[in-house]
Amino acid sequence: MYKIESKNVDFFYGTSQALKNINIAIMQNTVTALIGPSGCGKSTYLRLFNRMNDLIGNTKLTGQILIDGEDIYAKGVNVDSLRKNVGMVFQKPNPFPKTIFENVAYGLRVNGVTDKKLIEERVETSIKQVVLWDEVKDKLKKSAFELSGGQQQRLCIARALAIQPSVILMDEPTSALDPISTSKVEELIYELKSKYTIVIVTHNMQQAGRVSDTTAFFYMGELIEYDNTKTIFTNPKIERTQNYITGRFG
Amino acid sequence: MTHLDIELQHLKAETIKMWTLVNLQLNKGKESLIKLDKDLAREVILSERRVNAYELKLDRDCENIFALFNPVAVDLRFVLAVLKINNNLERTGDIVEGIAKFVLNVDHTFDKQVLEITRVVEMYLATNNMMETVLEAFDKEDTSLARKVFQQDELVDEINVNANKIVADYIRSHPDNVEGALYLLSIIRKLERVGDQAKNMAEEIIFYIEAKVLKHRSKVEKSN
Repeated sequence: MYKIESKNVDFFYGTSQALKNINIAIMQNTVTALIGPSGCGKSTYLRLFNRMNDLIGNTKLTGQILIDGEDIYAKGVNVDSLRKNVGMVFQKPNPFPKTIFENVAYGLRVNGVTDKKLIEERVETSIKQVVLWDEVKDKLKKSAFELSGGQQQRLCIARALAIQPSVILMDEPTSALDPISTSKVEELIYELKSKYTIVIVTHNMQQAGRVSDTTAFFYMGELIEYDNTKTIFTNPKIERTQNYITGRFG
Repeated sequence: MTHLDIELQHLKAETIKMWTLVNLQLNKGKESLIKLDKDLAREVILSERRVNAYELKLDRDCENIFALFNPVAVDLRFVLAVLKINNNLERTGDIVEGIAKFVLNVDHTFDKQVLEITRVVEMYLATNNMMETVLEAFDKEDTSLARKVFQQDELVDEINVNANKIVADYIRSHPDNVEGALYLLSIIRKLERVGDQAKNMAEEIIFYIEAKVLKHRSKVEKSN
């Protein structure tokens, strides 16, 4: 069974159609890269997986998005538990104005966890998972804003991991980071793949090549090509994909 | 045109220059063999340095493109193909140099009869043709021309396969001319390798244009 499936998905902002008949099936424990020029619909598509677009008024979705075989847009779906299962990391690191510890503990607290020991354990494990522990273990009570951009982004990933999701969505997670932090986040994505299913939007073609197993190329709301990343970057089947990845788009 | 396009065009132009030089070397090698022109053979040996210099330059150009432009898809295949063609051209240059050294070392002119019965000149012309065809295929990005090379190689193979017996028979009947006959046999072997290099280059051209890998396939498969 596929971890995530999208069947005949159309999506509208008002009357403007942002996604046209998107069909994708994503295997568990893989990294899928969504690429395409600005405005092609890739971020919109990513946000459908945890119903972030629900927060925008006057939108409409037709078709189905299944996670673990369940239609996440079906009536009666609890959006909070969906978002617990499908974590998200954004373009700019967005730690809360809290301590490093509280940032990671936040998701647990809002979900009603009160067991202090459990929270401490989960915070430590999550921070260790993002290879940030050695850098912050002595300043857990300090503000998350004291961390560098790269550290903040890894902290945000730790925050997403703390509530134990099975899917992680990343919307250009390294576009605001320097090469060293970028490389750390990419290494992390590679490590996390064994436990999570990851979908990443990126404008960096090399990054898509480095981190993902499959790549989907979007253009003007349509899915142009979806294949193994190796195939997309060595021998794409569709000329438009080739023109885009080789920089001859226009 | 993108910056990468300009770099790729430049790489192609440099490859064609090297290729033209190697083909010229091959031609001069042939002339020096037929006329036993030792001066021409010396010229071939001297010019081999230029081939080597081109090889280093093309290697560096490819390395720079990989490092600075991270080519993908057809661009990646093109640079990979040039990197390998560069190697094939350098090897061809070495082989021609080897032929020129034989011409320089041989004491007498080659016996006309042995030249004729071994069909070495015909073989030389065939390898020349193969190299010209594959260069044209590269220049025009024409894979049907590249495929022609696999057929042209059949003649080269045939002459090579028959050469052992022909030379052995000749040596038996001309025991005073063993050295010349052996040199010719070595030249035939070298020409056969030039044919192989041309075929490798044809495979690289098809790889970069059609994304098909033809290495280690049968002749029938390669021609389709």
